[in-house]
Order: sequence, then structure tokens, then C-alpha cells
Amino acid sequence: MHFVWFWLVAVMITAYVVLDGFDLGAGVLHLFITRTDPERRVVLRTIGPVWDGNEVWLLAGGGTLYFAFPLLYASGFSGFYLPLMIVLWLLVLRGIGIELRTHLDSTVWRGFFDGCFAFSSLLLTVFYGAALGNVMRGVPLNKEGYFFLPLWTNWRPGPEPGILDWYTVIAGVVALVALTIHGAHYVALKTVGELNQRARRVATLLWPALVVVTLLSLWATLEIRPELLVNYRRFGVLFIVPVAVALSLIAMFLFRRRGNDKGAFLGSSAYLIFMLVGAAAAVYPNLLMSTSDPSLNITVSKAAGGDYSLSYGLIWWSFGMLLALGYFVFVYRMFRGKVTG
Amino acid sequence: MDSALLIHRLHFAFTVTFHYLFPQLTMGLALLIVVLRTLALRTGNEIYNQSTRFWARIFGINFIMGVVTGIPMEFQFGTNWSHFSRLTGGVIGQPLVMEGVFSFFLESAFLGLFLFGEKRLGPRGHWWAAFLVFLGSWLSGYFIIVTDAWMQHPVAFARGTDGSFQVTSFWGLLLNPWAQLQYAHNMSGAVITGAFVMAAVGAYYLLEGKFAGYGRVFVRVGVIAGVIFSTLQVFPTGDLHGKYMARHQPVTTAAMEGLFKTESGAPIVILGQPDEEHQRIDNPLVVNKVLSFLIYGTTTGEVRGLNEFPRDQWPTNIPLLYYSYHIMVGLGTIFVAIMAVSTFLLWRGKLYRSRWMLWIIMLCLPFPYIANTAGWMTAEIGRQPWLVYGLMRTSEGYSKYVHAGNGLFTLLGFMGLYTLLAILFLVLVKREIAHGPASGPEGMVPEDKPAPLAQEN
Repeated sequence: MHFVWFWLVAVMITAYVVLDGFDLGAGVLHLFITRTDPERRVVLRTIGPVWDGNEVWLLAGGGTLYFAFPLLYASGFSGFYLPLMIVLWLLVLRGIGIELRTHLDSTVWRGFFDGCFAFSSLLLTVFYGAALGNVMRGVPLNKEGYFFLPLWTNWRPGPEPGILDWYTVIAGVVALVALTIHGAHYVALKTVGELNQRARRVATLLWPALVVVTLLSLWATLEIRPELLVNYRRFGVLFIVPVAVALSLIAMFLFRRRGNDKGAFLGSSAYLIFMLVGAAAAVYPNLLMSTSDPSLNITVSKAAGGDYSLSYGLIWWSFGMLLALGYFVFVYRMFRGKVTG
Repeated sequence: MDSALLIHRLHFAFTVTFHYLFPQLTMGLALLIVVLRTLALRTGNEIYNQSTRFWARIFGINFIMGVVTGIPMEFQFGTNWSHFSRLTGGVIGQPLVMEGVFSFFLESAFLGLFLFGEKRLGPRGHWWAAFLVFLGSWLSGYFIIVTDAWMQHPVAFARGTDGSFQVTSFWGLLLNPWAQLQYAHNMSGAVITGAFVMAAVGAYYLLEGKFAGYGRVFVRVGVIAGVIFSTLQVFPTGDLHGKYMARHQPVTTAAMEGLFKTESGAPIVILGQPDEEHQRIDNPLVVNKVLSFLIYGTTTGEVRGLNEFPRDQWPTNIPLLYYSYHIMVGLGTIFVAIMAVSTFLLWRGKLYRSRWMLWIIMLCLPFPYIANTAGWMTAEIGRQPWLVYGLMRTSEGYSKYVHAGNGLFTLLGFMGLYTLLAILFLVLVKREIAHGPASGPEGMVPEDKPAPLAQEN
């Protein structure tokens, strides 16, 4: 049961990263690939009808975490208090950046909201990457299962780390590059002409960087947390996952070269999915690791809620997710095709 | 009070109070937009289509404010109230996920279609989009009320050895009687806000002498919805909720009513200031025996006063609780009166020309917001000193490792950010209202030509 909920939460977070990831990436690119107001409007219209729904995955995922693993939710959210609050502020800025821009026909007004949208999207991708880095690195959990991290200490992933250290910064950069490429693929898929060309060019230029930072993050992770290979050693079949990451990277490259926007977009989606699956498989059964003492780790069985609610939950959760999937298919079909000026 | 505890309480109180200014209009307006959309379909009159589009634009701005201020709420259980979350996640985690899974996905999917997809969907499809947005927002309200109701009146749970709460009955939790009463009362309050806002904008147009055709539609729909729901707000929803509360949170009822000593045939206090030190009401204006009658249906029923309860179970801020409650009830009563008079004038065909009444309707705009806020303050201050009523104290629930300095930092951050949001919201809504309903993107409609239906009145 705990195993099932662990993966359901992982699926929801992955869905969030893949879906909101492309509109975050579009935000990072927003000011770089556009020259004129109509072009900016086109970028916003590619994500306009879907970004809010994509963001619901974050809420639903956070809620599911609360429901399935209350201890992790309590410990993690209070321990990552400062970065989470900053993420919330950025989400507020980003929401108004997208939605309020078109309300006034004024260069200053629009410039302000373009800035909000691009700035908050960029910082959010870095924070999300750093958040994942913190989970992989572990935190100084106390006996009650709580901790509190400052934003930074000495920038080293030692026993008293901060949210940001050299390792989590690498993770942040991976997320920034990966989501920017993902967003570029999406914008390319949804647009024509100049905008499409510029988005493709960004993706092409960033691809080697993505390969480099991916390898770098792999090396760094094994450097600070060699025990993350335990599950892989025990179940050799798991090595499929890193192979799949490599294949997704190659697929992205090949599709990009042949000008296949859809293939490239699916490639970056697959890359994100397999990176997260790989991380989840490495961490299990831990949800949050201690930097000092492995016996303090928050594991799925320590954190899980009651059996009655978890088993009943499977029923309504599955039903609800089927409905949600239905809405998503419907909405994406309604707004399918290219957005033109 | 421990300063960290105080900061965490203020943090939640500020963010949730600001947040709820928006959902109450979202939920109220969602219903009225479905009404307008239905009128448009049934009469085929363009004025209703244009009215729907106008309110949809305001709805869109309001909705986005609700979304961006709502996201922090779900996270604050963990960030600021971690010990509470840890112990209760097994129970209230459930309605919170259900809100995401069953209503946010629905709302977010169909909001885009409702706001931008009218041409694509056609009139009937667009009606459905409006209806599903309405359904999503009202479902969302229910799940949140279930969460709050469990904290007010915990049901369907068992406690583990570590003190954690676990659900023992799925339906028991969802159908908590407290939740049903609170939901009815709260949703009717939301429609009151929607109705007063719509009527006030209509009254403004009529007084200003522009978009008068639309003004009539807005005033009529607002007043009819207003009279229905402000009546429902008092009776039966408010009445039933109050009776249930008197049985299950008697000390809260005593504090709300300012009843310091037990009395049979207890009076109701209309006005007066609670004096905690001398345990009495200063400058009281009371009506004898009414409180006993309202709670027990007899003028001799014994109502327990604060003196029957140990001090450590008294709500922690009795004057504020007393005022919140009295403001809510006082305004609720005034709403019934205003809407009853307006309905009478509407029925006699005089409302659109009664400038004094239009002035009153227009100036009433802020008061439903105040009443709804005061109502929630009554519920939540009345719950103190408990986080989970009778079982877990508020002082046990906050995040011990998030110190006052960090809490104050983010509280100030939210205050600054929300000030910006408030300014943007007012600027944009003011602009929509000044711009008027008649010149939307879908083309012009001759202004001030009363719709046939509006002319009948």
C-alpha cells in the first residue's frame, strides 16, 4: 500500500514537472525569443488555456503528499519554509504575469507583466531543481523528524547544509536547462514562422549543455550519496532507467535535427519522466534522508497515513484522476494546433 | 502569547482572510452567470449574452486572484502548522486532495473554455462550460468546509498511539452534520456577495444614466437572488447552524452572545460592549428571553453562560468574537430588509426610478464582504483555544522550528504582495465597469435600449 502511494505521488509530481514544465520553460524563453508585442502574445496564447490546469497538478500532488504521508508533508514543508514561501510568491507573480498582461493596452503595463512572467518562471525552474537536489542530498533531521534549513550556509553539502550549496545549485541548473529546452520544444510545436525558428534554435543550442549538466549531476549525486546506488545494485533491471534517459537525449537531438517538433517535445518529456523515475527509484523507501544518521531517515512506512484512508483513497483517487485525465484530453484537443498571430 | 504562535496565527489569518474575498464572489457570481446564460438561451435576447460576457470578464479577474492567493493556503498547513498537519493529515488531507482532484481540475479545464471558447463551443456548449465552472467552484467550497468542519466538530476518526488522527469512516467524514450546516450557510453568504455586487453595478449604471438596459438586468437579477439568499442566510441556514453550535460548542455560543452567567430565559444582546473584567455587557440593549427561544424554541430554556466553563476553555479573544458575531448578524438582518424593500419596489415597477433605493443598493457593495469575513471570524475565533475542537490546542499545532523572525519575514512579504494584488484588482475591475458591458470583443450592441423583458417591469 505504501509502495503504491509512493509511486502515485511520484506520478503526480512527474506529471506536474512535464506539464507545468513546458509553460515554465516558455516563460524563461518569453523575453529571449520574441521581438514584438504580437509575438509575445502568441507565446502567451500557446500556454494561456492550459497553464492553470497544469499548475493544479502541483496542488493535487501537494495534497496527495499531505494525505498519504503526513509526516513528510509536515517535516518537509516546515523545514523548507523559506524556499517554499519564495516559490509561492513567484507562483503568485507568474499567475498575474500571464493573466493580467492583456488587460491594458499600454507598453509599460505589458512590459511589467512580461517581466513578472519571465523572471518568476526562471527562478521557479531553479528552485524546483534545487528542491529535488535537497531531497537527494538529505537534510539535518532531528529525532522528532523535523528540521529547518536556512537558504545557504557555507555552500557545501556537509552535515549543516543550506538550501543552496554547490550540489543543489547544479540540480537547479539542470532543471533550468531541461525545462527551457522542454519549453522551447513546446513553443516550436505550437507556433509557425520566425518564432518557431527561434525556439528551435534555442533548443539546438542548449542541447549540448543539457548533456553536460546531466552527466555532471549524475557524477555529483554519486559523489555525495553513493548509497543511492543500492536499489540499482539490488535490482539490476533498474539500470533501464538511466539508459532511457540517454535514449531520450539522443531522440531529442535526432528529432530536432529532422525538424520534427512533436518528436522533440516527446523526447524532452521522456527525459524529464525518466530523470524523475530514476531519482524516485534511487531514494525509495526513503522519502527524506538525514545528513547525519540513516536511522532518522523518513521512510514511507514511518510517514504513511492510516491504512483505512489509504485503501479507500485508492478508489476515489483513481476515479477522480480518470475524470481529470478526461478533462485534459478534452481541453488539449479543443486547443490543439498552431497558434498564429 | 508566545510570539511565534502569534505570528503563525496572524500569518494564516491574514492570508486566508484576503484569499476569501475572492472565492466568495467567484462562487456567488458563478451561480448568477449560469442564471444569465440560461436566460440568454431561453429568451434568445442579446442583452443576456452581453451581460454574461461582461460578468465573465469580471469573473475572470476575480478568479485569477482567488487562484494565486489560494495556492499558498494549501501549503501553509505544512509550512506554518506542521505539527497539526502531522497529526491530522490522515483525516483532513483527504478533503484537501479531493478538492484538487475533483474540483480544481474541473474548474481549471472549463474556465479557459468558458472565458475564451464561446465561439468554438456554441451557445449550448458554452452553457455547459459555465455550469461546470459553477459546479467545480461549489464542490471546492464543500471540500474546504469539510476540512474546517472537522476541526470545529471532529467526527469519524480514531487516534493512533502517536496521537495522530485517522479516518474511520469515509462517508462519516464527508457527511459531517456540521459541514452540511456550515456549507449551506456559507454558500448562501457567497451568493449574497455575488447578488449585491451585481445589483450595485446595475444601480451605478442606472444612477449614472449609462448602459441603463444592462443596469436594469443586473439590478433585477441581483435583487431577486439577493432577497432569496439573504432570507435563506437567516432562516433556515443561520438558525440551524446556531442551534447546532449551541449544543456542541456551548462556551463559544456564550462568548458570541456575551452571556457571562447562566440564565433561564436568557435575553439576546443587540448592542453593548463586553467587559471581561467585570463579566458584564456595558451599555446593553437587550431583548428578554429571545436567546433561549432561538436556541431551544422555548422562552424558559436555560442557556449556559461563560461562568459554567473553566477559564482555559474560553475562546481566547472574547470581545473580537462577540463583535464579529454581532456584525455578521446585524448586517445579515439589514440585508434582508434592504432586499425586501427592493423586491417590493421591483414588483411595483418602481425600483429603476427610485434613486434613493438605487443609492442604497450601490453603497451596500462592501457590506456582504464584511459580513462574510465577520462570519468566518466568528467560526474560527470561536473555535479557540482549540485547533481540533476539544482535542488539540492551537498552541500545540504550529511549526516549532519556524521561528518568529522567519514567520514575520514571510508575513510581511505576503502583505506587500497582496497589497499589489489588491491595487491591480481594483484598477482592472474599475476599468471593466467603466468600459461597460456593451462593447466587448464580440461587437457592439445599441446602448440603453431596454430589453423587452426589462421593459415589462
